[in-house]
Amino acid sequence: MIQITAGIEAGHAGRQIRLLHLHPNKNPFMHSSANTHTYQQLVCFHCGEACTIATITAENKHFCCEGCKMVYQLLNKHGLCDYYSLNENPGLTQRIPVRKDKFAFLEDAAIQQQLISFSNDQQTHITFYLPQIHCSSCLYLLENLHRMQPAVISTTVNFSRKEVSIIFDHNHISLQKVAELLTGIGYEPYISLQNLQHHKPGPKKSLIYQLGVAGFCFANIMLLSFPEYLGLEPADLQLQGVFRWLNVLLALPVFLYSAYPFYESGWKGLRHKFLNIDAPIALAIIVTFSRSLYEVISGTGAGYFDSMAGIVFFMLIGRVLQDKTYQQLSFERDFTSYFPVAATLVKDGQERSVSLPEIKAGDTLLIHSNELIPADGICTRGKACIDYSFVTGESLPVNKEMGEMVYAGGKQTGSAIEILVIKEVAQSYLTRLWSADVFKKNNEPKSVSFVHLLSRYFTYILFSIAAIAATYWAFTDSTKVWNVITAVLIVACPCALLLSNTFTNGNILRILGRNKLYLRNAQAIEDMAGITHIVFDKTGTLTTTSEQQVTYEGLALNQRQQQAIASLAAQSNHPLSRALVSHFGNIQRLPISAFREIPGKGIRGMVGDQYISLGSPDFISGYTTTIEKGARVYVAIDDKVVGHFSMHNHYRESVAPLVQSLSAHYKLSVLSGDHDTERATLQRMMGASTTLLFNQQPGDKLQYIKKLQENGERVMMIGDGLNDAGALKQSNVGIALADDCNNFTPASDAIMDASQFSHLYRFMRLCKANKQIVIASFILSIAYNIIGLSFAVQGVLSPMIAAILMPASSLSILLVTFGCSNIAARLFLKDVPRT
Amino acid sequence: MSAIIILLIASISVAAIFLAAFIWSVRNGQFDDEFSPPQRILFDNSPSPPPKNTDQ
Repeated sequence: MIQITAGIEAGHAGRQIRLLHLHPNKNPFMHSSANTHTYQQLVCFHCGEACTIATITAENKHFCCEGCKMVYQLLNKHGLCDYYSLNENPGLTQRIPVRKDKFAFLEDAAIQQQLISFSNDQQTHITFYLPQIHCSSCLYLLENLHRMQPAVISTTVNFSRKEVSIIFDHNHISLQKVAELLTGIGYEPYISLQNLQHHKPGPKKSLIYQLGVAGFCFANIMLLSFPEYLGLEPADLQLQGVFRWLNVLLALPVFLYSAYPFYESGWKGLRHKFLNIDAPIALAIIVTFSRSLYEVISGTGAGYFDSMAGIVFFMLIGRVLQDKTYQQLSFERDFTSYFPVAATLVKDGQERSVSLPEIKAGDTLLIHSNELIPADGICTRGKACIDYSFVTGESLPVNKEMGEMVYAGGKQTGSAIEILVIKEVAQSYLTRLWSADVFKKNNEPKSVSFVHLLSRYFTYILFSIAAIAATYWAFTDSTKVWNVITAVLIVACPCALLLSNTFTNGNILRILGRNKLYLRNAQAIEDMAGITHIVFDKTGTLTTTSEQQVTYEGLALNQRQQQAIASLAAQSNHPLSRALVSHFGNIQRLPISAFREIPGKGIRGMVGDQYISLGSPDFISGYTTTIEKGARVYVAIDDKVVGHFSMHNHYRESVAPLVQSLSAHYKLSVLSGDHDTERATLQRMMGASTTLLFNQQPGDKLQYIKKLQENGERVMMIGDGLNDAGALKQSNVGIALADDCNNFTPASDAIMDASQFSHLYRFMRLCKANKQIVIASFILSIAYNIIGLSFAVQGVLSPMIAAILMPASSLSILLVTFGCSNIAARLFLKDVPRT
Repeated sequence: MSAIIILLIASISVAAIFLAAFIWSVRNGQFDDEFSPPQRILFDNSPSPPPKNTDQ
């Protein structure tokens, strides 16, 4: 998708009509239609989505909505249409307009203070997070912002963090206007409560410095050691001292600085009374350095500085690879990053923005359409239609009348409402749920890698070999005892084990990352390999929230009636209307007159000579019924009820084949916050052996996983919403599924792109292969160790042998691990499309 | 003899300069974002590129 194609020309209208072409990850739910029909299709020049109405045009270009057209006209006015020539349809759809005063809270000085990184009398520096950034066009447009607004002095995009740093002249433009400018061109800044509380930590650079220093010292020590390996002529012997002392000097930074992570981690382990792999490595480094220093001072030899520096260098490379972080992803998000920064307070008929912590009980808040409810309260005006799917897992929006309680975290999907706050943000249901002890579980590692256990055995064996050799030499030649002990420790440190582990992990992390499964750390690979039980969340995980399956029951509708219903539904933003629109797809639209929307009830309007009503049964027929009205839309034509549409959860296509491959190897469960209306369907899909639990509160989910773990299961939880957050944390591996990885995801061990859901089983097999590769390369390194040890116990380990053995074993381990993990990836992931 | 010493000093200082350059570039943030800089250099400052007729 990221390419610069000069051939695509912005002003060429002829290529507007072309076969439906979709960006792979922009519009996941349109693939089905792309597969079945290959009709000529109008696509939006701005965002590439299908145009449902052919009337929105500007300069012979078609747009899917007024929003996209406005962005185009704005860019065109400022001569920034290169945006469209760098990539095809680079924009994101503007179908849902951003509320006009959304960024009014940025006028608040206290909020400004917390967001701004620097300010003097002329300019202000601010960094916004723009999750929409995805291609070179974005880069081009954002960095040319000053051409649209001269008061913007400069903009710099950090692509991997998806951030833009803007320097602007605050005497000519306000922060709010800057945010609105970005919003106006389709890049709405994402500002959350978490932004205010603490800034993201920058990437750790010390490891890179340590690696650089180790590489520099290693190469030079190698160079200076050549005279030792090859032998000096007697005439040059005085040079030997110079070389050796230079080596000491070069080895010092490695010993004191580069090897520091190993001392630190080894010491940390020992303090917790745990012998991890870094402890024997730290010991080996210290022993090697001390003995080498002793040899140089006493003039008895050149020491093993070259081997030491080489080992530290290689181990640091492994560590850097393994500690690769996904900067743009956050695995530690909590509810504060889900909440907005401010809400609209209504007082004495005046609206003003107020930051969340300042909201008090008794305040009246205005909640606009598509806004989150920040605090628990009572609905006092308007009809609430609240989408709690993210918080509770219920898939359909809940209708609330005036006087009913609404809880924080829900999203208002209808028109604007007012609520009377009864609990402050800090005490609302969601916040309290979060601060419950289980959610605050310690961040200590959930499990211990088998490598540490393996290294422990290795260390015991090593110490016994050293002890046996020392006893032998104590009786034969007592001058050689220390020589032999140190030689054994030098040559046989478990660094080969660490190397094979870090290199394999690093490579597997990289491969999984390329396939859009982003693991928090290397330990997650091993945890994934050991899983015995997989628990799925239903809403948003097995089902897609963006799409509903629609079936119709009633009198048959003719083409014209279908067109009329689709045209009417397209006028409304209600989730059920939207589901209807996508059900009818690209049907021709008819003009509508006398359109009325009664929030929470339905819509009606004249289409041609027909009077069409869509909505709940009481809205259509006039009397109240109790049948599950939320999931049904009734249709009346000319006041006669003709039938109803039922909305079902739309299960991801990949669920059935995935379950088939998983159920043979793992126990499965499904936890749902929804009612059990779909139990039969779900049971059929998941197989008879799968446990299905419905009406699960967030706490229940967590308890269920805890119970499984008490029965000795190692549990993987796959979920997507806040309601799964506790379960994700409690499980051995929690995977958060996201349609867009840059959106909010609850805290987890891994984030998986929803499009990759079907490949889960393959990923898990790859993780299993990881362990086998580590063990295989470890066996290889033992072979090297035996050779090295055979020299060491005899007391004849020359620096030359050490200098050949160590890099040789490191390099062969490197090759074996990279080779094997790439072969394994090719084997297991061969059907997974590469991106 | 002394030639070797001079060469040694020269080689190590050259290597040290590169080490310093490496540390500077990391600190300067040159490895923070590997996508933008190679793209940025390709952007024209002219309003629009010469049109080409290539319908793919």
